[in-house]
Amino acid sequence: MSKKVSEKDYERTLSFRIKQWMDGSRDLLLDNVEMKPQKPFTEDKITVIKRRKEKKQTFEKVYDLKNNPEVRIFRKVYRIFSVLFCLFLVTMLLTAVSNLPSFGNASNPVNNEVSERYIENGLQETGAVNLVTGMILDYRAFDTLGESHVLFIATCTVLILLRIDGDKKGRSGMGYSMENDRIYEPKNDIILQTVARILVPPIFIFGIYIILCGHLGPGGGFSGGAVIGAGLILYLNAFGFEKTERFFTQKTYRRTSFCALACYALAKSYSFYTGANHIESVIPLGTPGAILSSGLILILNICVGIVVAGTMYTFYVMFRKGAY
Amino acid sequence: MQFVQNFPFMTIILSLFSGPLSSILDGKKAKRVNLAVMSLITVMSCAVLVFVINSGSAYVYTMGHFPAPWGNEIRVGVLEAFMAVFFCVIMLLCVIGGVYEREQELEDTKQNLYYVMVNLLLSSLLALIYTNDLFTAYVFVEINTISACGLIMIRQNGRTLEAATRYMIMSLMGSGLLLLGICFLYDLTGHLLMSNIREQVQLLHQAGEYNIPLLVSLALISVGLAIKSALFPFHAWLPDAYGYSTLSSAAILSSLVSKGYIFLLVKIFFRVIGFGIVRDSKVVNVLFVFGVAGMIMGSVNAIRENNIRRMIAYSSVAQIGYIYMGFGLGTTAGVIASLYHVLSHAATKSLLFVAASGITDASGDHTEFLELTGAGYRNKLAGVAFTVGSLSMVGVPMFSGFISKLLFAQAGMESMHKMLPTLIALAISTILNAVYFMKTVIRIYTPVPAKVLQKKEYRCISMKEQPCKSTALVFFIILNMLLGLSSEPVIGLLRSGLAMFA
Repeated sequence: MSKKVSEKDYERTLSFRIKQWMDGSRDLLLDNVEMKPQKPFTEDKITVIKRRKEKKQTFEKVYDLKNNPEVRIFRKVYRIFSVLFCLFLVTMLLTAVSNLPSFGNASNPVNNEVSERYIENGLQETGAVNLVTGMILDYRAFDTLGESHVLFIATCTVLILLRIDGDKKGRSGMGYSMENDRIYEPKNDIILQTVARILVPPIFIFGIYIILCGHLGPGGGFSGGAVIGAGLILYLNAFGFEKTERFFTQKTYRRTSFCALACYALAKSYSFYTGANHIESVIPLGTPGAILSSGLILILNICVGIVVAGTMYTFYVMFRKGAY
Repeated sequence: MQFVQNFPFMTIILSLFSGPLSSILDGKKAKRVNLAVMSLITVMSCAVLVFVINSGSAYVYTMGHFPAPWGNEIRVGVLEAFMAVFFCVIMLLCVIGGVYEREQELEDTKQNLYYVMVNLLLSSLLALIYTNDLFTAYVFVEINTISACGLIMIRQNGRTLEAATRYMIMSLMGSGLLLLGICFLYDLTGHLLMSNIREQVQLLHQAGEYNIPLLVSLALISVGLAIKSALFPFHAWLPDAYGYSTLSSAAILSSLVSKGYIFLLVKIFFRVIGFGIVRDSKVVNVLFVFGVAGMIMGSVNAIRENNIRRMIAYSSVAQIGYIYMGFGLGTTAGVIASLYHVLSHAATKSLLFVAASGITDASGDHTEFLELTGAGYRNKLAGVAFTVGSLSMVGVPMFSGFISKLLFAQAGMESMHKMLPTLIALAISTILNAVYFMKTVIRIYTPVPAKVLQKKEYRCISMKEQPCKSTALVFFIILNMLLGLSSEPVIGLLRSGLAMFA
């Protein structure tokens, strides 16, 4: 049996206060706060009529259903057909998957001489304690070279789509400053700025650590670059574009990523060339476990990290403002 | 190892390198760098082709210090080297042909980004051609997809943005299916290297194990690449993407991007799975049916089109249908016919796009048919070039299209059950092709009274006025005639290259 407590006693208990705090009706610092319940979503008549009119217009003007019998038929058949097609696809894929070799079986075809050499000789041959890094940056470095260019070209495509240039063809003056949402920058939010001041340096250091120790433990250029990019975004949100543009502009991004990609391409060309022509590579592997070891992997990790960090930051800036 | 053998990898790295380099240069310098790099790559690829023909066998080039199943490698045979040379030449001509349009239509500050796209696209095409590893192929398919998107939407208006969105959705769907298929294959064989997968697949096939997953992975890969190269039911993204993007983008997309995927499919059929297994699996029959449907429906849509560039775009659907019909025949002769059609279509379609833009230039930038009346007299070279392209598409002797149609018909005669549908589809499609292409040719050579000419702001364009476009057109015409008149050595190359595949 539970102990019966009167209403007043209950209001004094800790659990009641925690419940209030969770509800949002009480703040720890400001004491009781009155919360307004959220209004249910209502639409006034004008917007409803407008919406209906727009929908009707779409059907009449855009699709022109009256005069386009094929569109009309398509719209009817489409739903049934798509459900049937999805069912077919699901059945096909499930059947195929259920016929695959069972997961985790030691005699599976995947456990062959390829993974055996990676695991047995990976440390000796690449000098990387982290075998995954050894695989992606030494054994299969060509794929990763392509992958870092994927990031670069994705950024270029976003630049094409979203960058607003105040150029000569009439896109200057008022229009430019209107589209440029510099005016909506956060105005000195103290909490955010304090948090950012404390958090951003450790985030950067942590990102650099992940990149530099990519061959020693879990991590590498891709993950470390993402961490640094996140730090840059936090800094930007707290202090605004004026501060970040002092050290990171679009020019910086393009130059750093060009240098990083060129460095990657040159370093790897050297190892491809020497490898294919059976020339002994002069790059020492070093002692596994030391920070300066595993040949080119450290440099490649740094290159990839720079590209990834720049990409993350550029994506954010482009989607938010369109220029920097 | 001779020094020439390093060239394939150097061409890939060189174009990968010049992509980021263009991003830090301004538009004009980027253009010069781009043209220089592409010419250099063409010369290097020619050297590789000569070397491979002389040595008479394909060679494998290890990318790094680790041999094949562990590291990456590329493989160079006659077919690969020839395709590389051909793609480089077409790319160079397309980029030269569209210089004027690019400078007009793109923002000044974004000119250099165009060359980033072009360079990385070229590198991805080269890597797709040379690679001997399925996962490397997938990585470069990604680059190919993204750069093609960029090429479409760099001319910024509503239509191209919509087209790029459609292209992106469809193309990513195709990439996803391709990746799924590769995953299945990896799970079944434990390899990503093409030659090793082939050995394992042959063993599995003989033992009769894992038939269903093998079939599913083959189907996923075929459908994925078919979506990416706009086979008939998946062509919805194509007309807008080709019709409204800037000239050289349209030419590059139609003649190279889709062909890269088709070449990858050939490679997967022959080098990964083995053509015998593909033939037995009935997947070819599906490709055959869709190919035939595409041949006819693409032409029907093209006839109904009123905009000359969209008409040419729909004609691409029909020509892609031809190529897949050739695969669908399930014989080596059919595949050779398809490969020849890849070449002939690449040479002809880019010619048609450039010529069509020359014609519309002479008609006050209108693309509707009525406005084009008599344009062949106002811009003589473009008129001639358009006529050559049309005749080639219809399949008149002396031009490249005739040879590919002849090869299709010959390949069709060899197969028992598919002879009749092939021949009938070829006949119907040829007539439909003739309907819309000859209609346009007659339209551009119908004289217009002088009064009307003065009233509308038409102008005559001489060869000297558009030097870049004229050069490109002349080279395209020569290429077309070469493919049409001396097809024997090319077919010989394709045949020996395909034999080297196995």
